[in-house]
Order: sequence, then structure tokens, then C-alpha cells
Amino acid sequence: MANAFLSIERLTQKYPDGKGGEFTVFENASFGIEKGEFVCILGHSGCGKSTIMNILAGLSEPTTGVVKMDGLEVSGPSLDRGVVFQNYSLLPWLTALKNVTFGVAARFPDWTTQQVEDHSIAFLDKVGLSGDAIHRKPSQLSGGMRQRVSIARAFANEPKLLLLDEPFGALDALTRGTIQEELLKVWSGTDQTVFMITHDIDEAILLADRILLMTNGPLARVAESVEITIPRPRVRTEIVENPNYYAIRNHLVQFLGKRSAELAGQPSVEDETHSPEPIRIDKTRGEASNAPMLQAVKI
Amino acid sequence: MDRLSENKRAAIWSFALLLVGLLVWELSISTQQVATGELTEYELLTGAGTAKAGVPPPSEVIVKAWEELSNPFYDAGPNDKGIGIQIGYSIYRVLTGYFLAALIAIPLGFLIGMSSVAYKALNPFIQVLRPISPLAWMPLALFIIQDSEASAIFVIFICSIWPMLLNTAFGVAGVREDWVNVARTHELSALKTAFTVVLPAAAPTIVTGMRISIGIAWLVIVAAEMLVGGTGIGYYVWNEWNNLDLTSVIFSILMIGVVGMLLDAAFGLLQRRVAYVE
Repeated sequence: MANAFLSIERLTQKYPDGKGGEFTVFENASFGIEKGEFVCILGHSGCGKSTIMNILAGLSEPTTGVVKMDGLEVSGPSLDRGVVFQNYSLLPWLTALKNVTFGVAARFPDWTTQQVEDHSIAFLDKVGLSGDAIHRKPSQLSGGMRQRVSIARAFANEPKLLLLDEPFGALDALTRGTIQEELLKVWSGTDQTVFMITHDIDEAILLADRILLMTNGPLARVAESVEITIPRPRVRTEIVENPNYYAIRNHLVQFLGKRSAELAGQPSVEDETHSPEPIRIDKTRGEASNAPMLQAVKI
Repeated sequence: MDRLSENKRAAIWSFALLLVGLLVWELSISTQQVATGELTEYELLTGAGTAKAGVPPPSEVIVKAWEELSNPFYDAGPNDKGIGIQIGYSIYRVLTGYFLAALIAIPLGFLIGMSSVAYKALNPFIQVLRPISPLAWMPLALFIIQDSEASAIFVIFICSIWPMLLNTAFGVAGVREDWVNVARTHELSALKTAFTVVLPAAAPTIVTGMRISIGIAWLVIVAAEMLVGGTGIGYYVWNEWNNLDLTSVIFSILMIGVVGMLLDAAFGLLQRRVAYVE
């Protein structure tokens, strides 16, 4: 894990609790992400997912612990780590296209204006925005279109690590579905490493290579790392047919519904690796197994 | 009539109100009488035979306006200059003082908006200085600067600085954290962030402050020029009062209103240009 592309080592976040003491949101969170991997993190509100994301983005500092990318310690925000914020965070006085060129020009300062624009238009096109729409201001775009612009801005910058903070949280279910597929389309053409926060189990299964599960806060930790053993390319309507789909889904539901609370609040033991327990559920092999559908298969 | 747009109906109403107003004014003036009948020699000597100075009817004001506006830039000595020259002087003073104020208020407002320490340190001074009537500075300014022209500009400077300063600080402090985070994740330098993110985000609030300031500056210049004298629309009003030429007084009052409206409209235009919808 220490050799992973991105390694998060024993992150701990404490806040003053207002009574002179300290409040530990999460403790010794450690995990790694490989290059090109799409990782989702699931957990209840208050477990510190967004804090972890802000630390990865360099927007805030952990109380203790380090984040290393390519072996180098992360400090402060950087163009190597792109962020798609939940509320889109587009600059409302710029058109959709200008919002993207704004980022591209910052990322590639040597490029000519024309290069910047062509590159931006290409990425807007990949998320299904073209023609007149790219010259409109965010206020004249629907929520789904705004988030597309935000995704295009992040991908166009070709960061080493892309961080998505509940990017579809504010969208209606139908739009969400379309944009998830567009996200997959944009991502599959690259070796982009993605780390995404979500509340949506189906979304996580559709998108991720691996899902990290967090226990409830305070004293939250990253408890499990569930591999999604469903082959790509994945399509929403087809993956539900995969025998692994419901097995994985049930495991996640059980974790979030029950075990995240049971495991909560246990201070982590020193001298542990603190790595999440790897879980692999694969029904397509080992048919002989009599294990009940719901049970996790450890490897 | 019903088919006319709202704007057209409003314009018709405005025009009708203007006509009625002018008519009432005209009629009420013409009923004022000069002394009639036989006058004694003594009465004639004391001037009872001439018409009493009164408020002129609108027809006279219109004639006067036509006369002045058809030759606005004549210069026949210190006490007889065209209205265009007088207004020109006033606008020059207002804009000089105003832009000097903007030059200080906007950067300082940025500082106060970005740093809460700077805000807390400077706030007591702002709170004490802001409510001072700008004309109260006049004696001090005249004594220190020793120049009436520069003193008038200083008075404009001091009265226009506060709304711009406070609005800039307020606008900058209110820039959404997300937008600043966008700048941070794109590794923009502090200067670049200030110009490409904070300035456009705060621009509507800043321009509102600038609009309030120009309005106040135009209010204050009239009073300031009445005090310092020499040139300017304020001096012109006072001079015509001393001449007991009320037609000119009314005409110049109207001109003050028109110029003030135009200044405000210019900033209204600017405000619309920097506005954005979230």
C-alpha cells in the first residue's frame, strides 16, 4: 500500500469540541489508490468523507497523517488534483466555455488561446455539450448541464487525480443516470485516477473499481475495501443481470445499514496496518460454494 | 389605449403630469399683482412702482433655458460664464475627487474584505470619520491646503470614499468560498485570484458603492462650491441668488438634477454590465 500511486497514511482529523476537549472525526484512516483506478467512498453523513476529500484536494490540513501522491507528500492545492464540487462551483459571470478555458489556461500556460479553446470544446463535447449551449452563462443552464461543465473542466485539466465530491447529489434521478454514463464514457478513454464521494450505492457499483466503506463518526475509520467484480464496460441496464451485482449490493446495504454503526466508535488499535479489510465477492466463479448470498467472501 | 404597452402608458401619464404641473405653476404666478393705482412720489422713490421680485412662471424659465443652452460655453468675465462652463467645472471637481477616492477606497476595501484583522483595526476610524458631514472638513482643508479649488476636490474625495470603501469590503468578504477554492485548486496566484475571481465576484457590490458615492459627490459639490466660490454650478446658483435672478436659479436647479441623473445612469449602465445571476 505504501507503494500505491496515492497513499493515504493514518489520517486523523480532530476538532475542538467547544468544551475544551477534542472531537475526533476519523482516526488513522489509511488506504491506497492505484493509478487509473476509480474508487468510491461510501459512508453516512458526519463520518468525514468530505473532510478526507478536502485534505486530498489540499484545501484543508489533517490534524495528523500524510497523503502521498507519486511518493511525494501532498501539501496545498495543486493542478495535479482536480476537484468537481457538489455545487458545481462554476464562475457565474463566465460562459460555460470560458469556465473550462479558465482552468485549461491555468493548467497549460504555454498554449495559445486557440489551443486552449479547442481542447476545452473537445471536452465539453465529450460530456454532451456543444453548439449554442457552451456560450451560455451557468444561470441559463440546467443543473445537469452545469455539472457537465464542471466535469468537463476537471477532465480537460487532465489532473493526476480527480476528486469528485458527491457530483450528482443535487440532480434528479434521470439526469443523474445520463451523466453517470457520460462520466464513464469520458473516464474510460483515459487512465485518469478518480476518487469519488457518493451516497448512492447503485451509483458506486456502476462507476467504481473499488468501494471504500467508512464506519459512522465520531472516530470513524475506513473499514472495508470492496472490489467490484463486474466487468467493464458497464451499462446500467445490464449490470443488474450480473450475478455479482446483488451480492455486492447486499453486502454494501448490510454494511451501511448495520455494521457501520456496530463498528463505530472503536478507537483503532496501535500497531495495526490500519488498512481497510479487502473484500472480494465473486459469484461467477466457485459456483460450488454454498455460502449464502449475503455473506462476504474474504480473500 | 388598452393596447398600448405599459411603458407607453407611463410615458403618457408623465407627460400629462408635467403639463398639468407647468400649467398650475404658470397660472398661480400670473395672479401675483404689482402695486396698482396712483403712487405718491415717496412710493415711487422707494421702488413700489417696479414689479416685486417673485417666483418666475415656467414660460420665463423655458425662455431662459433656451437662451442659456443655445450658447452654453460663453465666457464674459468671472461673474458671467455659460452654464456649460459652470457645469464643466463642477463635473471636473467631482470626477477628480471621486476617482482619487476610488483609487484609495477600492484597494483598501479589498484589504479590509480579505483580512479580518485589517477590518477590525480600521473599523473604529471608519465609524468615526464616516458620519462627519463633508462640509465640516472645509475649514480645515482650506487652512491646510491653502487652495479653494483643491479644498473642494478634497471635500468630494472625503465624501465619496466611504460608500466605496465599505461596499468593496463587504463585496470582497462575501465572495463565495467555493469560487476561491476553484482558484486555489487551479493554483492561481494571489494577484490573479484577486483579478479573475474576487473582483468579478464582488463587482456588483463594488459598483453599487460607486453609484452611491457619485450621487453623494454630486449632492456635496453644490454646497461646496457655494462656499468656495469662483466657478461651478453651486457658485452659479448662489451668484444668481445674489443677483436676485430667480429664473436662472430655477434653471440651474433643474440642470443640477439633469446632470445628477446622467451620472447615476452611467453607473447604472456599468452596474448592469458587471451583474451576474448565480
